[in-house]
Amino acid sequence: MTTELIVAGFGGQGVLLFGKFLALSGLKEEKEVVWIPSYGPEMRGGTCNCTVVVSDDPIGSPIIDAPNTVVVMNKPSLTKFGPRVSSDGLLLINSSLIDTTSDRTDIKIETVPANEIALELGNGRAANMVALGAYIALTKAVKFDTVLDVIRESFAKKKEFIDLNLAAAKRGYELAS
Amino acid sequence: MSKVVFKRPKALADVVTHYCPGCSHGIVHRIVAECIDELGIQERTVGVAPVGCSVLAYNYFNVDFFEASHGRAPAVATGAKRARPDLIVFAYQGDGDLASIGMAEIVHACNRGEKFTVIFINNTVYGMTGGQMAPTTMPGQVTTTSPYGRDVNQIGWPIRMCELLSSLKTDGFIARTSAHSPAEIIKTKKAIKKAFELQVANRCFTFVEVLSTCPTNWGMMPIQAQKRIEEELLPYYPLGVFKSPNGDASKS
Amino acid sequence: MAKVLMKGNEALAEAAIMAGCKLFFGYPITPQNEIPEYLSRRLPQVDGGCYLQAESEVAAANMLYGAAGVGERVLTSSSGPGISLMSEGLSYIAGAQLPVVVVNMVRGGPGLGGILPAQSDYYQATRGLGHGDFRVLVLAPSTVQEAADLVMDAFDLADKYRSPVMVLGDGLIGQMMEPVEFKKKEKVELPPKTWAATGYKGDRERSIINSLYLDPLELEENSWRLKARYDAMGRDELRWELTNCEGDYDVLITAYGSTARICKTVIETLKKQGISVGLFRPITLFPYPYKQLRDAAQKAKTVFCVEMSTGQMLDDVKLALEGSRPTQFYGRTGGIIPTPDEIIGQIEKILKGEEVDKR
Ligand SMILES: Cc1ncc(C[n+]2csc(CCOP(=O)(O)OP(=O)(O)O)c2C)c(N)n1
Ligand code: SF4
Ligand SMILES: [Mg+2]
Repeated sequence: MTTELIVAGFGGQGVLLFGKFLALSGLKEEKEVVWIPSYGPEMRGGTCNCTVVVSDDPIGSPIIDAPNTVVVMNKPSLTKFGPRVSSDGLLLINSSLIDTTSDRTDIKIETVPANEIALELGNGRAANMVALGAYIALTKAVKFDTVLDVIRESFAKKKEFIDLNLAAAKRGYELAS
Repeated sequence: MSKVVFKRPKALADVVTHYCPGCSHGIVHRIVAECIDELGIQERTVGVAPVGCSVLAYNYFNVDFFEASHGRAPAVATGAKRARPDLIVFAYQGDGDLASIGMAEIVHACNRGEKFTVIFINNTVYGMTGGQMAPTTMPGQVTTTSPYGRDVNQIGWPIRMCELLSSLKTDGFIARTSAHSPAEIIKTKKAIKKAFELQVANRCFTFVEVLSTCPTNWGMMPIQAQKRIEEELLPYYPLGVFKSPNGDASKS
Repeated sequence: MAKVLMKGNEALAEAAIMAGCKLFFGYPITPQNEIPEYLSRRLPQVDGGCYLQAESEVAAANMLYGAAGVGERVLTSSSGPGISLMSEGLSYIAGAQLPVVVVNMVRGGPGLGGILPAQSDYYQATRGLGHGDFRVLVLAPSTVQEAADLVMDAFDLADKYRSPVMVLGDGLIGQMMEPVEFKKKEKVELPPKTWAATGYKGDRERSIINSLYLDPLELEENSWRLKARYDAMGRDELRWELTNCEGDYDVLITAYGSTARICKTVIETLKKQGISVGLFRPITLFPYPYKQLRDAAQKAKTVFCVEMSTGQMLDDVKLALEGSRPTQFYGRTGGIIPTPDEIIGQIEKILKGEEVDKR
């Protein structure tokens, strides 16, 4: 199986971390992984995205024209990456910040109110982890338990964030399961 | 009947800049454009953009422009001004551009008394490339390439360009101002206007350093960044006129 | 050691430390900033380690000259405009026969160009790094793991040949994260650095680090001495990789670095359609594996060169083939990365006997 992902949003929404946690989870499961950030002038403008591939086979091109999954955390990202999801692919929309959807009929479209849930849990910045939880439930790209381990390990130095991020990922996962 | 009291200077292009919220570059751009308007020199002004966050300055001014290589703007400006002394030429440079890689060009342009104007944006970091240490970075300041804080025993003290340039014997106008408060912004405008006036009068090399904010790479909110200038930078980088062609200098 | 997920730039930097590199001199430039940033954190933790941000790439190259001249392992990294500024220093370093390692994360040019990945500095790296009769050994990784491995080898090769070695990546290799394992290398037997300027105690000839030869015969001698080393590299250090070249194929792709891995996806995709295409990936770009490419091309009707440039390695491909096979070229540049689909479209044209698009 090969999961290709583009996750996009404003700088500061934690989309690079979303991608990195997926890649780290893939690595933990001994899969092939690659993660590439957008870099360049657009970063000053505030939008940001990364591409992740998790695969059972060696990864050739790390540049994915039409990924089979896309997660958009803000509206400009929906406009930019919505059209690029491959046929039969998945588009996951952060409905807290995006009040529209895609008119494509050849893909699966799901929504998650990531910011609202994160705020309920006490910190809007965990929206990325809510979305990650939902994403794992929808794609099964890696095991959810692996993601939880990655969250625990990655925040090992900032213990106060562990519970919040675990809770956020779990809520997202449950909501989308 | 209502009266227009505030409008975009003619010399400033009607576009959205790429600068981050709270960045001083936009303020200084506006000041330079106002001066160009007020002196009526738009049609004969040529700017030289550096490599740094203001690399796209050529999109933001309604005047002809060069884009120079990193640090070499004073050399490009020298070529243009020597070839066409009737042009009003200004170089706009950051602290990495001017005080690091371009140190030789600025010192020699100043020493030759090149009759153009340099606007020097000192924000104590390399903004464009993601906040690395600059020659102007403050002692102890943490940047992406001084993760343990700038250690003056290893890399020396921040370079004070106004002081350094005003030690040269050649005539010049050299001033340091700041963009951290409305009052200082008004003084910045005065200094920049003076610099352009002296160039129009074909008097001397003119140089205005503006202490500037980079909230993004300082990891601060804009207001905090303005405070940092006031509290941390001003004690080390005194404001004032360091040198002027009639020989008078006034430091705060 | 377990695999860790790292950016290419950071993996390169860590690999340099593992190879015994003690000093780094450089100047920030995108897309390689993570190398100096990483080393500014790591080198102070290393015994005798020194990280110094130079005032310019001109200065950095000469700091390299100084550190290599006293016999230490030293690294710099840069891109496009920065490498251009280093070229004077690198020419002196080559002339004085000093070992240094230079990482070049290529971005689009000429001039200020852009900051996105490109392969448009192939000529500069393999032919035009500075004035005079000199070359540098150029290694081109296509994965993060390979980047780390090649950096470790680069230090040994530099010492062995007393020559600058360049690791030529691009923005993609530098920015992407992949799993990497830092393998402890076997120690390579290297000649002692008796030529280093470490203080004259009367027990050897004085060490003069120098590239000035006013006597033309001596200067000629130096140039031929360098040439002999390049010939030895061409004999002993060639590296290349063949993919899908066991069976038959009408088209042989040649590509290096990032572009080569994109072409691997092309090969896998075409395989599923029953079309077999081979890939020849040079890893040493200077010296170039000419004969190996010519051999691999024997089964092919056409050799198809794909680059992120307007056609630079293509010259070496033609030199390799000596007219024995027709070549076709497809290039994207300026920071645009060709997609597998784009390349497949061109291969379909070749198979139909049509000319490919230039871009
Ligand atoms: C020869 C060369 N070296 C390095 C760079 C990369 N570079 C681009 S902008 C910049 C620093 C700019 O910092 P500064 O002059 O302080 O301007 P700021 O962005 O802070 O306004 C550097 C190092 C380059 N373009 N060319
Ligand atoms: S990075 Fe700093 S200098 Fe550059 S635009 Fe943003 S605030 Fe201004
Ligand atoms: Mg700066």
